[in-house]
Amino acid sequence: MAKNPFDRAGSSSSITRPPSAVEFTNDSIFRTVAYSCAFLIIVLVAFILWEIGKEAVPAMQRYGLGFWTGTTWDVNKQQFSVLPEIWGTLYSSLLALLLGGLFGVSIAIFLTQDFIHNRLAAVFRTIVELLAAIPSVVYGLWGIYVLIPLIRPGAEWLHEHFSWFPLFSTDLSGPGMAPAALVLAIMILPTVAAISVDAFRRIPYKVKEAAYGMGTTKWEAILKVMLPTASSGILAALVLGFGRALGETMALAMLIGNSNQISLSLFAPANTLASLLASSFPEAGPIEVQALMYAALVLLLITFLVNVIGLGVQQYTVRKFEGKK
Amino acid sequence: MSDIDLTTTADDEVVRPNLERQLLEGRAIKNNVLTVLTWIAAILASVPLLSVIYMLLMRGGSRLFGADFVEVLTALPPAGFEMGGGIGPAIVGTLIMVAIAALISVPFGILAAIYLAMLGPTSKVATTSRFLAKVLTGFPSILAGVFVYAVLVISFGYSALAGGVALAVLMLPTVVLAAEEAIKQVPQRMKDAAYGMGCTRTQVIWKVVLPTGLPGILTGVMLAIAGAAGESAPLLFTALFSNYYITEVMEPTASLSILIYNFSGMPFENQIELAWTASLVLVLIVLVFNILARLVGQPKV
Repeated sequence: MAKNPFDRAGSSSSITRPPSAVEFTNDSIFRTVAYSCAFLIIVLVAFILWEIGKEAVPAMQRYGLGFWTGTTWDVNKQQFSVLPEIWGTLYSSLLALLLGGLFGVSIAIFLTQDFIHNRLAAVFRTIVELLAAIPSVVYGLWGIYVLIPLIRPGAEWLHEHFSWFPLFSTDLSGPGMAPAALVLAIMILPTVAAISVDAFRRIPYKVKEAAYGMGTTKWEAILKVMLPTASSGILAALVLGFGRALGETMALAMLIGNSNQISLSLFAPANTLASLLASSFPEAGPIEVQALMYAALVLLLITFLVNVIGLGVQQYTVRKFEGKK
Repeated sequence: MSDIDLTTTADDEVVRPNLERQLLEGRAIKNNVLTVLTWIAAILASVPLLSVIYMLLMRGGSRLFGADFVEVLTALPPAGFEMGGGIGPAIVGTLIMVAIAALISVPFGILAAIYLAMLGPTSKVATTSRFLAKVLTGFPSILAGVFVYAVLVISFGYSALAGGVALAVLMLPTVVLAAEEAIKQVPQRMKDAAYGMGCTRTQVIWKVVLPTGLPGILTGVMLAIAGAAGESAPLLFTALFSNYYITEVMEPTASLSILIYNFSGMPFENQIELAWTASLVLVLIVLVFNILARLVGQPKV
């Protein structure tokens, strides 16, 4: 009689065998569970949009598009509109992006373009990671007790001598746009730096060697070859950093002064959508809550849009370099 | 015969390039100036961190490392003009809410990551949820609070559970994306070997992929926990605040970050001092999880 080739008797120690019916059942159950968990992420995002949207509907009906263009937030008169908050959100984020972007990209260049020994680079990388690890509320506390007293003399001097210049047209009386934007810049710096470092790392080393081979100085290679090559990755870093800045809450709620006004001045108090939510929500009545939900929806849509654009640019960059390999 | 005479010196006819380094040439000056500027930028960027750490140690450390550190770590927060007091309820509240958030987000996140990395990496559901998870990493944390307020707080009131759920929403994308990366790192050969022995996909995942990818997954989990512990915006109107120790999960709960926020604006020196102490404790908690993330993430193979 021919021996059954699948018979385990041949090697008593072998555990090789086809899966049993129970194992097949377990397998399909587990796969369904895993599938539903992945699906849950989609459901969660849809649910977030739906819940905030649903709560905002009454306010949308009551205030309509005037909500976007009016300038009052008055609980007693029940008049709510968010133009100053939208302005404050965009202005503070843009200022932070200017500063945080400049420093973030500089640090990415510093870390990737052979300026320092690897060990020292690791030290600076840890510093940037620690900057990202410090909680927002601690930056707020630091801003109140260290940053504001520190920049106040400079701000007063600028206001005294250059008050004709719109950026310095008011006095810094404590919280205001300048300290808020500075702290915001510190907070988005790690994001910008980390994504830009990735962008520089993705450039093959031979590109730089080719530039050096033609006799460029180090900075000519960086400015004329490396930066243009990494430009789309850096753009993604800036857009995603901007998205972080738009949604940042606690440090701004503590530093920006929560005042509903539209001013170009760096030293005037202002407000942002996120800090409006943080400061008004805990004590809001039912009608104000609806208006706040509408404001939350506005913030959600703006950050969602910015993040999708940033991620799109990032994916485009990755595909571009992986295609070229 | 060659008509080029290699021995002739033709200095007066041919301008030879000067190969010595010219530090005063425009290009070199520009190069050095930019290098110095970059150094200055890198050092300037480290100043805020050093300043924050210095302030935490100076103003927060005086209470925490002082004689009454037991009181600071366990006592209830002081009222108005009261002296002394501590941050005990806030420490416990933060830890409990982070634990609730981890209990919710870690199992869901890892299971979702298993699907994204192994079961159907290119399916429509996978690409969509991967993209949405990335979008969620940039989701403003305060909106997690608004969302949970609409879902839970309106019907059940402020609670530690609501705070935990809000933190879970923020932890989920970090866990998913890190776990997916870790699972993808498991060598295909190990999986093939297991399949070849007749394992089902579930067995391969449980017995080969998860144990091998565990360090990477744990790194992601620790980083997510560190981030959640420092969050304050989502807790503002989900967990609210409380002056007492938590007794059940359905009541308002204190947290370190909200304590810092509340005390930072108070006109009392004692409260401001405690805000710094709470900041130091919070940063230490965040750092511990960050360090754990690095330790467990060390490749063992």
